[in-house]
Amino acid sequence: MALQSLDIVRRSATTTPSPQQRQTTEVAKLIDVTKCIGCKACQSACMEWNDLREEVGINEGSYTNPHDLTANSWTLMRFAETEENGTLEWLIRKDGCMHCADPGCLKACPSPGAIIQYANGIVDFHEENCIGCGYCIAGCPFDIPRLSEKDSKVYKCTLCSDRVAVGLEPACIKACPTQALVFGSKEDMIEHANERIADLKERGFENAGLYDPPGVGGTHVMYVLHHADKPELYNDLPKDPVISPTVGLWKGIFKPLATAAIFFTALAGFFHYVTVGPNETEEEDEEKKP
Amino acid sequence: MTNTWMDIKNANVILVMGGNAAEAHPVGFKWVVEAKAHNKAKLIVVDPRFNRTASVADLYAPIRVGTDIAFLNGVIHYLFEHDAIHHEYVKAYTNAGFVVREDFGFNDGLFTGYDEKTHSYDKSTWQYELDEQGFAKVDETLQHPRCVLNLLKQHVSRYTVDTVCDITGTPKDLYLKVCETVASTAAPNRTLTSLYALGWTQHSIGSQNIRTLAILQLLLGNIGMPGGGVNALRGHSNIQGLTDLGLLSDQLPGYLNLARDHETTRAAYLEKRTPKPLRPGQVNFWSNYPKFHTSLMKAWYGQAATPDNDFGYDWLPKVDQLYDGLRVFDLMAQGRMTGYFCQGFNPLASFPNKGKIVSALSRLKFLVVMDPLATETSEFWQNHGEYNDVKPEEIQTEVFRLPTTCFAEEEGSLVNSSRWLQWHWKGAEPPGQCRTDIDIMAELFLKIRELYRQEGGAFPDPILNLHWPYRIPEAPSAEELAKEYNGYALADIPDSKDPGTVLVKAGQQLSSFTQLRDDGSTACGTWIFCGSWTEEGNQMARRDPTDPTGLGIAPRWAWAWPLNRRILYNRASCDPSGKPWDERRKLIEWDGSKWTGLDVPDFKVDAGPNSGVSPFIMTDEGVARLFARHLMAEGPFPEHYEPFENPLGTNPLHAKVISNPAARVFANDKAVLGDHEAFPYVATTYRLTEHFHFWTKHSKINAPLQPEQFVEIGEELARELGIANGEKVTVRSKRGAIKAVALVTKRIKALKVAGKTVHQIGIPIHWGFTGATRKGYIANTLTPFLGDANTQTPEFKAFLVNVEKDLSELMPHTHKPGETHEERRRPEVLLEDDEPARQVSWLVRILKGRTEV
Repeated sequence: MALQSLDIVRRSATTTPSPQQRQTTEVAKLIDVTKCIGCKACQSACMEWNDLREEVGINEGSYTNPHDLTANSWTLMRFAETEENGTLEWLIRKDGCMHCADPGCLKACPSPGAIIQYANGIVDFHEENCIGCGYCIAGCPFDIPRLSEKDSKVYKCTLCSDRVAVGLEPACIKACPTQALVFGSKEDMIEHANERIADLKERGFENAGLYDPPGVGGTHVMYVLHHADKPELYNDLPKDPVISPTVGLWKGIFKPLATAAIFFTALAGFFHYVTVGPNETEEEDEEKKP
Repeated sequence: MTNTWMDIKNANVILVMGGNAAEAHPVGFKWVVEAKAHNKAKLIVVDPRFNRTASVADLYAPIRVGTDIAFLNGVIHYLFEHDAIHHEYVKAYTNAGFVVREDFGFNDGLFTGYDEKTHSYDKSTWQYELDEQGFAKVDETLQHPRCVLNLLKQHVSRYTVDTVCDITGTPKDLYLKVCETVASTAAPNRTLTSLYALGWTQHSIGSQNIRTLAILQLLLGNIGMPGGGVNALRGHSNIQGLTDLGLLSDQLPGYLNLARDHETTRAAYLEKRTPKPLRPGQVNFWSNYPKFHTSLMKAWYGQAATPDNDFGYDWLPKVDQLYDGLRVFDLMAQGRMTGYFCQGFNPLASFPNKGKIVSALSRLKFLVVMDPLATETSEFWQNHGEYNDVKPEEIQTEVFRLPTTCFAEEEGSLVNSSRWLQWHWKGAEPPGQCRTDIDIMAELFLKIRELYRQEGGAFPDPILNLHWPYRIPEAPSAEELAKEYNGYALADIPDSKDPGTVLVKAGQQLSSFTQLRDDGSTACGTWIFCGSWTEEGNQMARRDPTDPTGLGIAPRWAWAWPLNRRILYNRASCDPSGKPWDERRKLIEWDGSKWTGLDVPDFKVDAGPNSGVSPFIMTDEGVARLFARHLMAEGPFPEHYEPFENPLGTNPLHAKVISNPAARVFANDKAVLGDHEAFPYVATTYRLTEHFHFWTKHSKINAPLQPEQFVEIGEELARELGIANGEKVTVRSKRGAIKAVALVTKRIKALKVAGKTVHQIGIPIHWGFTGATRKGYIANTLTPFLGDANTQTPEFKAFLVNVEKDLSELMPHTHKPGETHEERRRPEVLLEDDEPARQVSWLVRILKGRTEV
């Protein structure tokens, strides 16, 4: 969602400097899955604030509805039943963009200015610049962005960049009835998480912990998990997310190689010109033209 | 609630049983989460399903549907066995020492006085022994074999851990953990709060479920305490207000009640309802009944109500029998009730045995539906294929739809579970020709009155004499009505202690129900609301969240009945000498000359610790009742009775009396009860967070969050029946069948009950044939048409079904096309521009015809 912003850190496929005049605090949303009751108020609030309506789908034998993130549903409660920890647990996780400090989507995006990262940590899509190539989808280690069938643009959670920019909390935070969702500076959120983790350990969850994966430089959406040692229990939350090697190759090796290839082609042309001279068209050739 | 939503945060242990607070009350549930986060509270969930509340609980115990009394009686037995009793509290504040009559008894499932023919009790033996002055005899030593405490001990002695687990199916280790955690709150500085809802009320034994918990809480000393209480989580916004205003067939506002047929004089009516104290010196607050009733009559009939005409006593209807929902639809089905006003109610979807409701509505001459939405009830005569397979050509009922505003399109007060009256303001203009319920009713009334004036009638007095002082008679305002509920003085009201001074001047708003008089000098529409709109203005509109002590009491936020008191029975939060049981939970205390504190004392302010006045001022005894005397229909102690449809075919405690002997059951409905051989699985119905009853399926935001009807089936049963997750199944009871997607889950486990394996099925209710979701079956096609003995609330929570794969649809999810997501539908106004007036007057004639019969 495009905003006039003075605090941009990075823009996709752009080498010119970004506006950085404004200083902002690094923010984070903390999702305490141990307080979450899966009421979907966040899903409703997300649709309301962004003025989107999901299709009425079907029930496939789950409380997870719709079944997956879509261009209209930027956040989704995912429900998982497990007995792996000796007792039955119904683990409910709010899924959505993690707003990585090192965003794979932005790295993968070939379209200038379609994905930007603000100084406060929010990674935002500017759909008017999106070319619908889907590289960001491949680049995301959390499988979040979704291509719209309607306009071939890709959509995902903006962390309500429009609300946050004017000092409001994201819509999902405002709607959450149990304070399972809280929002503030990343520092404060980590401190709050640590209090929660201490309480959980007292209640017997020895492996309770914070999910702020270093593989993507940390995230601006973090989880408190009862089983931080097994994030995969929460509907396949990746244990050690990293940006796909393909994106790494594309941006890491292929991009300089491609740049070099372009450079060498030009150089070869130049040398050809200097050593051989310009290609000149003979009259005969002209005549041969049909 | 005896306590409040915010007060839940003060609890040490939270028991959610007979409800699913996280699912049905997600916003209030924040206080449970708060208690866990900042009071180190333990959350216990006892439920047939591992539900959303269980997902954040410290301890979950499964239970067979309809066996809550066995479960709790067993906990009470455990408390006695382990001496986990708050002895000082029990002795001073309950009727533990009261001696019960010698001829009272309980044998083989029945209390004394049962009449087989009428299915009811003669309750004369369910009383105390009285002394010469008419006071109850009390044994302070608690040694008398017939004192209440010893009778209770004896009554629950059958509920040993093994017996209970055999009935409930709860694994023994989990049951003992629950007992142990609950018992920990017998300490004076620890409390348990209990949150329940329809999971307890919607049983043939619903009221006794709650009684059992009340007894348990009294033994633990948790009533009147912050973080304690018996807390009913009310379902509809303002359903508490409905109860307070007495919208039941035999009730009047403020828990007064209508006279019976034989009560032909006001004097006899009042005498019966004005109790004498059963112990010396007690407050016995219901002795003020004549003041409340007379003030009500003055509010309704104004100057026409005079001492000479018994304040219009004869104008009130006298009831020959209860006209509860079950009775009304039964009469309709018999063709004996031919007109029906359906206001804020969707009975086709929300009342049991849809087949019976369709046939009942089909026999009406006219049906008026007042609702903001196009409800199933208003379209009961339309054929919606398999979802509502009726023949419109055979239904002669004339249906009127009068579109009404919804809550956000009008102002007024809503009473929440905490008994707070909170004023709210109009947020939007109503669409189209929607009108408020009040306007519609007011216009009907005025037209009927006009007809009575012009044409007379058999008994015009109740209509012609009605006091109708509103500025715009066709549209009484919320303010005018609220002021009338609060009450006002009709003459100067002198101070009864000092007759020379005037408490309230004529014409002024009253500020307390202690100012009410029985001589006709005060008018008050609902005595418990007295104080909500005083000379200081609208107290319900106050919005100061200041919580001075951090105990979750903000006395200047809105207004709580009675008298802005936030925690009921709060005198019992102090010991007999007037000191709080727990300093951290100090609400009020005796300062040497009066009761003071943050909350409004639920007591006589100047009755000191040695006055002999006991804290439960609403009872004739002055103390709380472990033994309920004659007040419950099926016994003074709770007993385990099986649901009418149960998987055992017997009651393990008394095979001769299987189900509640006093329950509301009509003979023709008994004939459509299924047995456990044909219908081997236990079923229960419930609600989901994503939807509110049958309303939000009309909303485009809610619809996709739970788009399609499903039933929950445990993995073991699904394996047995060869049902895969996501496949369609047919669920059948003796009364009908529905089809739905099977959600196969680990969260419903098979239980071992009396040597048998019992499977339970969960059936959410929200779908129907109108709205924005996929069409679905009415879940109440399956439920039995019978109910509780005291409240007549239907037994939606416990019945028997069979389940099979739906063979008509071998491929899962071959959903029919054309199930479009319609616009959120408001009933289009059926009447043309000039039509409304004509139609309404037609209606008026029908109504008047009825009143003349």
